[in-house]
Amino acid sequence: MVTRFEVTVNGRPIQVEAGTTAAAALALAGVEACRLSVRGEPRAPVCGMGICFECRASINGVAQTRSCQVLCRPGMPISTDAG
Amino acid sequence: MQADVVIVGSGPAGIAAACAAAEGGANVLVLDDNPAPGGQIWRRAHDAEAQRWIARLRASGAQLRNGTRILGPVNARTLLADNDSGPLFITWRNLVLCTGARELLLPFPGWTLPGVTGAGGLQALVQGGLPIDGRRVVVAGSGPLLLAVAAHLREHGARIEAIAEQARPFHLARFAARLPFGKLLQGWRLSSQLRDVPMLTEAWPIEAEGDSRLHSVRLRTRSGTRRFECDYLACGFGLVPNIELPLLFGCNLNGGFVTVDSLQQTSVPDILCAGEPTGVGGLERSLIEGEIAGHVAAGAPARAKALSAQRERLHRFSARLANAFELREELRQMCQLDTIVCRCEDVAWERISAYSDWRSAKLHTRCGMGACQGRVCGAAVRFLTGRSSHDRARPPLFPASMATLAAEKEPDHG
Amino acid sequence: MSHPDAVVIGAGIVGAACAWMLSREGLSVTVIDEGVIGGGATAAGMGHLVVMDDSEAEFTLTRHSRDLWLTLAPELPEDCEFRQCGTIWVAADEEELAAVHRKHAWYGERGVRTEMLDARALAEAEPHLRPGLAGGLLVPDDAVIYAPCAARWLLGRVAFRAGSVSRIGSGLVVLEDGETIDCGAVICATGCAAIRLFPDLQLRPRKGHLAITDRYPGFVRHQLVELGYLKSAHGTAAESVAFNAQPRATGQVLVGSSRQFENDSSEIDWPILRRMLNRAFDFLPALRSMSVIRTWTGFRAATPDGLPLIGPYGPHENVLLATGHEGLGITTSLGTAELIAAAVLGKTWLPASK
Repeated sequence: MVTRFEVTVNGRPIQVEAGTTAAAALALAGVEACRLSVRGEPRAPVCGMGICFECRASINGVAQTRSCQVLCRPGMPISTDAG
Repeated sequence: MQADVVIVGSGPAGIAAACAAAEGGANVLVLDDNPAPGGQIWRRAHDAEAQRWIARLRASGAQLRNGTRILGPVNARTLLADNDSGPLFITWRNLVLCTGARELLLPFPGWTLPGVTGAGGLQALVQGGLPIDGRRVVVAGSGPLLLAVAAHLREHGARIEAIAEQARPFHLARFAARLPFGKLLQGWRLSSQLRDVPMLTEAWPIEAEGDSRLHSVRLRTRSGTRRFECDYLACGFGLVPNIELPLLFGCNLNGGFVTVDSLQQTSVPDILCAGEPTGVGGLERSLIEGEIAGHVAAGAPARAKALSAQRERLHRFSARLANAFELREELRQMCQLDTIVCRCEDVAWERISAYSDWRSAKLHTRCGMGACQGRVCGAAVRFLTGRSSHDRARPPLFPASMATLAAEKEPDHG
Repeated sequence: MSHPDAVVIGAGIVGAACAWMLSREGLSVTVIDEGVIGGGATAAGMGHLVVMDDSEAEFTLTRHSRDLWLTLAPELPEDCEFRQCGTIWVAADEEELAAVHRKHAWYGERGVRTEMLDARALAEAEPHLRPGLAGGLLVPDDAVIYAPCAARWLLGRVAFRAGSVSRIGSGLVVLEDGETIDCGAVICATGCAAIRLFPDLQLRPRKGHLAITDRYPGFVRHQLVELGYLKSAHGTAAESVAFNAQPRATGQVLVGSSRQFENDSSEIDWPILRRMLNRAFDFLPALRSMSVIRTWTGFRAATPDGLPLIGPYGPHENVLLATGHEGLGITTSLGTAELIAAAVLGKTWLPASK
C-alpha cells in the first residue's frame, strides 16, 4: 500500500505519494518552472542529483533549497519565484 | 561524531567499501547527500543486485547518514558536514572518498528551457516521482547510459521519440565486439526493448525549441537536420568525476582524475578514493575499487590485494569504454556565442570565451561564481576550450547555511 | 611597445588606476602582472567606496577618491556593478551613538553629506538589523563596486604584459624570463609583493576573509559597517573581526571582515571565519539561515601607520611606490593614481581642484 499525503505548492494543496521529491511535486502541480534565472528566464530541474541548482525553490520557508534532493513530507509548503 | 572509517558517498563504490570495512570489524560511517543510498545508478534500487548490496550494507553494522553534505575539512582529521538538523563534525582515522560522478551537460541553443534535462537526470527525476507517462522524450548525448535511460523511461510510460548518440557507429561496433558475453546480452536486451525507436548515431542537438518550455528539438544527423516534437530532451554527454572533495584535501590529480595506487590510496595519507573519481568505468569497477578501499581502510590490505587481478581487468574495460564514446570535436560547435554557458549567473559563451584561463573568466564574468560553484559550467568550459585546468577548491563544497559555517560544535538535541 | 613612458607593475585596482591616469595624461604605459588582472587583493576586497575619518590624511585621500569614483560612475560598464547604495555606520549602544554624533559633526565641518539615524530610522532603513541597536550614521554618497571588472576597464587598451618582474632600476624593468624593458618611470603597485622588489619596505600582509550568500534581493540596502570596524582596521591587534555587510547588484550579500597578521596561508582559517560570521549574526540575525555559496581570503598590504606608500622611493630615480593601502585600495586607487601622475609629471597635486 502506498502512503499518500498532502503538500502545498504555491499555496495550493496537492496529493503526493511517499517517496516523491519536492521537484516532482512541483511538476505534479503543473508548475513548469522552479525558479527564474538572473535574466528572468524560467528554469526547471536538469541534473536530478543536486548539482545543477536549477531546481531551487522555497521549501519549509527556507529559500534556495534544492527541491530534487528533498523528499515530500505531509503538509510541506513548497513555493517558487514566480508563484 | 567519529568513526575509524568514514566513507563519503553511498553509491556502489561507497556501499562496497562500507561492507568490506564493516564486515572486517571496523567502525564505519557512511555519508551521502542524496535522500537514500544507491548513488545515481541505484537511485531507487529497483534491480536485484542493488537490493542485495543495500541489504548487505544495512546488515553490515556500518552507520549510514543520508541527506548529509560534506562542506570541507575544518582540521586535519575533522570534516564539517551539513544536514537538516544543522552541522555535523566528523572525526575520522581513514577516509574513503566515493563521490561518484555527475553528467556532462554541454551547452547548445535552448538548453536552459524547462524540459531539457540530463539523460540520467531525467531518470533520476522520474524516480523521484516526475510524471512521464505519455510524455514524448528524445534521449541524446553519449554513452551506454542513453539506452538504459530510454528503456527505463519507457517502463514508466514515456514515448521515446528518438535516441541520438554522438559516437560513430564504427567505434560503437568495435566496442561491442570486445564486450564480454554478459555485457553483450545486456546491451542486446536493451536494444531489443527499444527496437522500434529511431536510433541515430553521429547525431546531436542543434537547438532545443520552445518559449517558456521545450516543445521540439532539432538534431544534427548524418542525413541532415531532423526535428522531433517532444516534452523532454534528456541529454547527457558522459560523466564528469566529482573530484572537488579530493581536491580540497590536496589529493593529486592526473588528467582530471584522482591518482590512486592499486590499493586505492591517494597521495594524501589515510585518504583513499574509489569509483568514478579515479576514472569513469562503470559499475563493476566501482564495486571492486570500493571493496579494495574498504579492506585497506579497515587494515586488511591482504584481502584488498586478492582483488587486484579483477581490478586490472575492469580497468582495461573502462579504457575501451572511454574510447568508444569519446566526444567528437564538432560538439564544441553546438554552443553559439549567445548561448548561456553559466546557468547560475546567465553568462553567455561570448563573454567567457574572451578569457584565456578559467580563473580570469570567473573573476571577470562571474561564471562559476553561482550556486553550482562551477560544477556545470566549469565542466562545459573545459570541454569547449580543451583546457583541463581545475580551479582550487574551497569550502563550503556545497552551499550551506551561514549558521552551519559559524558553528563551533553540533547543536544539542534534547 | 618600446620604451614606454611608464611601466606599472601590478594590474590590480591601484595599478590599473595609475595606468589609466597616466594614459589619460598622454603617456605611453605598459602594465605587467604575473597573474590574473584584478586577481590579487583586488579580488578579495569588498569594493566599498567609502570616506574614512581616521586621520586628516586618510580623510583627504578617501574623500577625494570617492568623489572621483562618483564622477567616473556613469562611464563604467554594467559588469563593474557600481551602486551608490550609501554606508550606514551602525551604533550598537549609546556610547557608539555618541561617537556617531561626533562623526556626523566632523564630516559636516568638512562638507561630507551625512545623516543621523535614530533607532527607529535605522530600523526603517534596514529592517533586517536586529532590534535594540541605538542608531547610525548614513553616508549617502558612499558606493560599492565590483573591483576586478573596474580594474579591467581601467586598463582598457593600455598595453599589458603577462610576466614576473625580477628586478627594477632607474628606467629599467627586468623580467624573470630575461626580457628587459627600458622606460621612463617605474611604478610598483604590487600590494604585499612589493617587498620582493624592495626588501626593506615596512609592509606586512594582513589576511582577510569574506563570505558571499546566494541571492536574497533587498535583504540589505546599504553597506553596513559597525563602528568597531575602525578599531579593527586601524588597530594593530594580531587578530580581529568587525561586522561589514554589503548588498551586491546580484542580490547576494557579501559579509566581512577579518584581520590577521602572521598568517600567510590562503586557506580558510575556520576559527576566525566563525568569529566573523558570529559577529555578523549580532547585527543581522537572519543571516544564520541564508545559504553561503563561497568563502575566500585575501591579503591586504599593511604599513605600520596605516597610511599608504605613494610616491618616489629611492635609491633609484623615477621609481615610485603605490602600495600599502590596507583595506582602502579600491576607494583610494583613483586618488593614488592622481598623486602618482602628478609625481611622474612633476606637478603638484591639488585635491581641491577638479
